[in-house]
Amino acid sequence: MIEEFKGVWIFAEQRKGKLLDVSLELLGGGRELANKLGVDLSAILFGHDVSKLAKELIAYGADNIYLISHPLLEFYQSDAYAKVMTDLVNQHKPEILLVGATAIGMDLAPRVAVKLETGLSAHVVKLEIDEKRQLRQIMPGFGGKVMAVVVCPNRRPQMTTVRPGVFRKPARDESRRGDIVKVEVDITEDDLRARTIRMVEEKPREKPLEGAEIVVAGGWGMRAVGGFKPVRELAELLGASVGGTRPALDEGWIVEEQMIGQSGKTVRPKLYIGLGISGEMHHTVGILDSEVIVAVNNDENAPIFQVADVGIVGDLRDVLPHLLKEFERTR
Amino acid sequence: MNSLNVIVCIKQVPDPQQLSKITLDPIRKTIRREDVPAVINPLDKHALEEGLRIRDEYGGRVTVVSMGPPQAELACREALAMGADEAILLCDRAFAGADTLSTSYSLSLAIKRIEGFNMILCGNETVDGSTGQVPPQLADFLNIPHVTRARRIEFTKEKTARVERSIEYGYMVVEVTLPAIIAVTKEINVPRIPTVSGILEAHQREVKVWAPKDIEAEEERIGLAGSPTQVVDIFSPEIGRKGEILRGEPEEVAKLLVQRLHELGVI
Repeated sequence: MIEEFKGVWIFAEQRKGKLLDVSLELLGGGRELANKLGVDLSAILFGHDVSKLAKELIAYGADNIYLISHPLLEFYQSDAYAKVMTDLVNQHKPEILLVGATAIGMDLAPRVAVKLETGLSAHVVKLEIDEKRQLRQIMPGFGGKVMAVVVCPNRRPQMTTVRPGVFRKPARDESRRGDIVKVEVDITEDDLRARTIRMVEEKPREKPLEGAEIVVAGGWGMRAVGGFKPVRELAELLGASVGGTRPALDEGWIVEEQMIGQSGKTVRPKLYIGLGISGEMHHTVGILDSEVIVAVNNDENAPIFQVADVGIVGDLRDVLPHLLKEFERTR
Repeated sequence: MNSLNVIVCIKQVPDPQQLSKITLDPIRKTIRREDVPAVINPLDKHALEEGLRIRDEYGGRVTVVSMGPPQAELACREALAMGADEAILLCDRAFAGADTLSTSYSLSLAIKRIEGFNMILCGNETVDGSTGQVPPQLADFLNIPHVTRARRIEFTKEKTARVERSIEYGYMVVEVTLPAIIAVTKEINVPRIPTVSGILEAHQREVKVWAPKDIEAEEERIGLAGSPTQVVDIFSPEIGRKGEILRGEPEEVAKLLVQRLHELGVI
């Protein structure tokens, strides 16, 4: 029975003993949903020797932590994580389960949704509770022309993946209290049909978008000026991070971590400058909380001008050299 | 290594280079796909290429499986032209409107009728749905393991693949027992271009078309009926920004813009 399902749960992802920011953000968004529903906010945490992290999750707003600690689960192991998560959900019946849309979350959530025979939506930009206690899952749709609202009326839990940066990290409160439930699991290596044997971190080559005060982004229009060199020049002048759209990624001008949008990063800089970006909603949902949005595009009908505070309609080939000169001059 | 029989799942999607041409039917609240030419989902081409390379090296068969409206047959034929041995298309009105759970269920039933496969390759995500949910879901319906975001696949011992998968700022190495589903990213290879003889020959070959009864599908689990999620509303969001457009000579507007940003205190 749908009414039996109560509670908002999040999957708290950790890598190498450190909680990902998105997990704390999920606690921020999850707390609002839990308050509206009048239910607890809980987190599932896998790892080895991570009880310190369980306390952190409580400080950031979780009421209950389901802690699965096992040497074989230090790294993400899809079979084990999926099975344990499914068993816990079947036992405790939360009505909502939020997973961060990371490389691991997007690998785990779909499998769990099948085991639970429930619906899963991806890359939401907003979550609301309606008058029927249903979760309204909002994301750009239909080629990025409109926002779509998805619901999962007949199955529980309602599952959704949320990109990093969509929710805000809540304030940390050392005095918060919560319950840590240690979940015992029995696993051997043979149970892990897809076994992570190594995880290698590589330092980002350019200033990451996370926490950037200024972002200079480029899109398909940069073709006219032969690529991303001016984007990087301007970024350097302003001490900014470089970002871009999916076409920019496809062209190889940026790496995946620099893509801004619904299935990329959400940024909240003081200043966002979009060069040669048409402003399809798939991209602009990632910039809407910027303090000031600036756009340069040669098409005055480009949707970017609906979201920009200040725009220049002009040819990048003419405008960019002057922009660079002017920023240089006044710095 | 023994020969490997590979299944490749492909989807026909609107051409991503022309996605902005898509218009919305305001009355039916659906997209008008007819406005935009359709292609094989780009990442699925990489999956197919990987399947063909594996067959070239180890021997075996490459079978392409897809689900879509009648025009998806063209995508299947293009896959045959690239070199696939066989193509199967699930096509029926009853399959339409499926979310990823329903799609994965349908594909799994088709795949269960194919004997002796060692692995299934898919593109990591499609350019239209972009969820990337089908490969892990299909794996669970088939009760086999999966690995997503694969940028490199090696076969180090019998019945095992070693996969490098990309993650944020790094990668993971995963050993997976076969049969398994591996979802690939574009880093994995460069897809071959069909030869003229491949294209001509593909015209003559059969694309098998299967309906729900051919795969013994339960009606209430396919298509829109089998989709736990549904779109209930669409709207154009209010943005509410000032939207000052600067016009004039490039030198002038550049100066104006920088001045405006100084005034706003953001630089």
